[in-house]
Amino acid sequence: MEGIFGNLAIGFIEVFKLQAITLGGMTMTLPFNIIMCLIGVLLGTLIGVLPGIGPVATIAMLLPVTFNLAPIAALIMLAGIYYGAQYGGSTTAILVNLPGESSSVVTCLDGYQMARQGRAGPALATAAIASFFAGCVSTLVVAMFAPPLAEVALKFGPAEYFSLMVLGLVAAVVLASGSLVKAICMVLLGLLLGLVGTDVNSGVLRFAFGISEMADGIGFVTVAMGMFGICEIIANLEQKEHREVFTSKVGSLMPSKEDWKRMWKPILRGTTLGSALGILPGGGALLASFGAYTLEKKVSAYAHQFGKGAIEGVAAPEAANNAGAQTSFIPLLTLGIPSNAVMALMIGAMMIQGIAPGPQVMTERPQLFWGMIASMWVGNLMLVILNLPLIGMWIKLLTVPYRILYPSILLFMAIGVFSISNQPFDCFLMAMFGLLGYVCVKLGCEPAPLILGFILGPLMEENLRRAMLLSRGDPFVFISPSKPISMGFLIASVALLVIIALPALRKKREEVFVAEEKT
Amino acid sequence: MKIKIKSQQDWWAGLMFIGFGLFFIVFALGTPEFIDRIAGAKLIGGYQMGSSVRMGPAYFPVMLGGLLAVLGLVVLFDSIVEKGPDVAKFHFRPLLFVAVSSLAFAYLLKPLGLVLASAALVFISAYGGHEFKWKEVAIMTVVLVIFSVLVFVKALSLPFPICPSFIDNCPIR
Repeated sequence: MEGIFGNLAIGFIEVFKLQAITLGGMTMTLPFNIIMCLIGVLLGTLIGVLPGIGPVATIAMLLPVTFNLAPIAALIMLAGIYYGAQYGGSTTAILVNLPGESSSVVTCLDGYQMARQGRAGPALATAAIASFFAGCVSTLVVAMFAPPLAEVALKFGPAEYFSLMVLGLVAAVVLASGSLVKAICMVLLGLLLGLVGTDVNSGVLRFAFGISEMADGIGFVTVAMGMFGICEIIANLEQKEHREVFTSKVGSLMPSKEDWKRMWKPILRGTTLGSALGILPGGGALLASFGAYTLEKKVSAYAHQFGKGAIEGVAAPEAANNAGAQTSFIPLLTLGIPSNAVMALMIGAMMIQGIAPGPQVMTERPQLFWGMIASMWVGNLMLVILNLPLIGMWIKLLTVPYRILYPSILLFMAIGVFSISNQPFDCFLMAMFGLLGYVCVKLGCEPAPLILGFILGPLMEENLRRAMLLSRGDPFVFISPSKPISMGFLIASVALLVIIALPALRKKREEVFVAEEKT
Repeated sequence: MKIKIKSQQDWWAGLMFIGFGLFFIVFALGTPEFIDRIAGAKLIGGYQMGSSVRMGPAYFPVMLGGLLAVLGLVVLFDSIVEKGPDVAKFHFRPLLFVAVSSLAFAYLLKPLGLVLASAALVFISAYGGHEFKWKEVAIMTVVLVIFSVLVFVKALSLPFPICPSFIDNCPIR
């Protein structure tokens, strides 16, 4: 325990450090990391509040901007966007009955009902309190679980890494909604697209078709913006907009005494479940919130009130999605493996900064590692302090029509992509991937697994090659008894696939996802 | 015998995956010899396959491409066995305008500068929406142009030209 607090202290010192910053020709001494954290959480809340733009597109949009920042400032800001979005998403869910963020879909159910009963204030406050509590706990969870995991990961060889990536991808696929086979196909397509560019081992230019801009491969920012950003915009433009904001008085924010009594247990349960689900590969905020709502419905004494404005239905999923958002940083920070599309972008951000994600980050750059973790707690504190007074502003933002929003989003994306290499070709690719993403969505294939595959493609090839070289071409090295960890990962992957392919479970899984779609 | 497609969505998805799988295999391995002989030239060069000990650049892509094509076949097979949804309607208007506007921005930025390129993007993309109000779009353009010049060029110092390249004395500096 003492070690953790010592480490956290390093982190807090890093977060509050004063730095000399030169901006537009002026040099000032500022607590720069805190400012970046604030910007991150505010931006996160903003895009969380606005339906139609998610953290994936936003982080992708801002990645090129982070080129010039110090690594820690960049990562603190980007992380803030992700968990900030969880706070913002609930505001929209409660007031408009629209999920501002996909992970707040279930908050709509009871949150909006509470708002209709004139209890929007307590609902918003509950969401914020639940999120804050979960944020505090999961920061500690990250601080406690990351070091031992990283220690194990340091012993991993190429075979273990390859198998771990297989497990990560399989888990991501299993947890994706829709057809399992199609999701695997999307992963494979992503892996293949990730191989475009110069092959590290032989120097051969692969799948570049004589285009010089493709020599370094396809930028994953380009892919992410196309598949998520552009695709989201087109999909949103399909529907006529109708948004009914609950602008009637939000009322008193303070939950009543009974509310407090009813909410603390669901918050605890939501936090626990969310933290656990966040660590799983393929997990994260979305899965956590669904899991927590389902659990709460089963165990709560007020189960009959669910869907009619039960405060438990707001508290549990809101705690869970924030906990899940934060603990999903654990696999990223310790193993260098992304568990969802946002984490894939974080890996990209680290690579841009010249940091190879993996267990060595903690030992080689303790300031960065612990600074990022400490910033999560600080960010959560800022969110809860800022958000409740700022609710009026967020409500106003909700009245901004989408026809004004999307050209701005598009412009920022185009500027961001263009700035990567200062070539128009990247924007062209972004448009192409937007097209591909749109086609995929129409054909019932989710784009998220593709992004994960895309980021892992070169890593997997590299580790596969090394493992095969070390074993002199023996393909059984991955399941040999001398490599129990690798074997364990692969057995787990196969088990997951088999379990999910069993007819009974398949049906159950489909039911769950159908229920999700209805909500 | 006529095969009835029970799920249009899966049918097309399956075809797409098979197509991508074959595409990567063909480009990794190169065109087979008999086709080259018919065409009279090496059409696609392909890369070294290598061995399992020392994998060449073609090894992993061929593995993945093969797996993708096989799974694509599974999806295709599924589409004639199991009932599934139709392909949702394609909306070409937003698709076209969003794509064209980002292309316009990209290819106009260097010759015409950030101000005009952003204006082009905003106007074209706004035209792809449901409502297009001249006044609103004009105001939005002005605001966005000022914002992006200040934030991206001034504050973040991205190396974008602000004015068209044919104007010698740019009024904005």
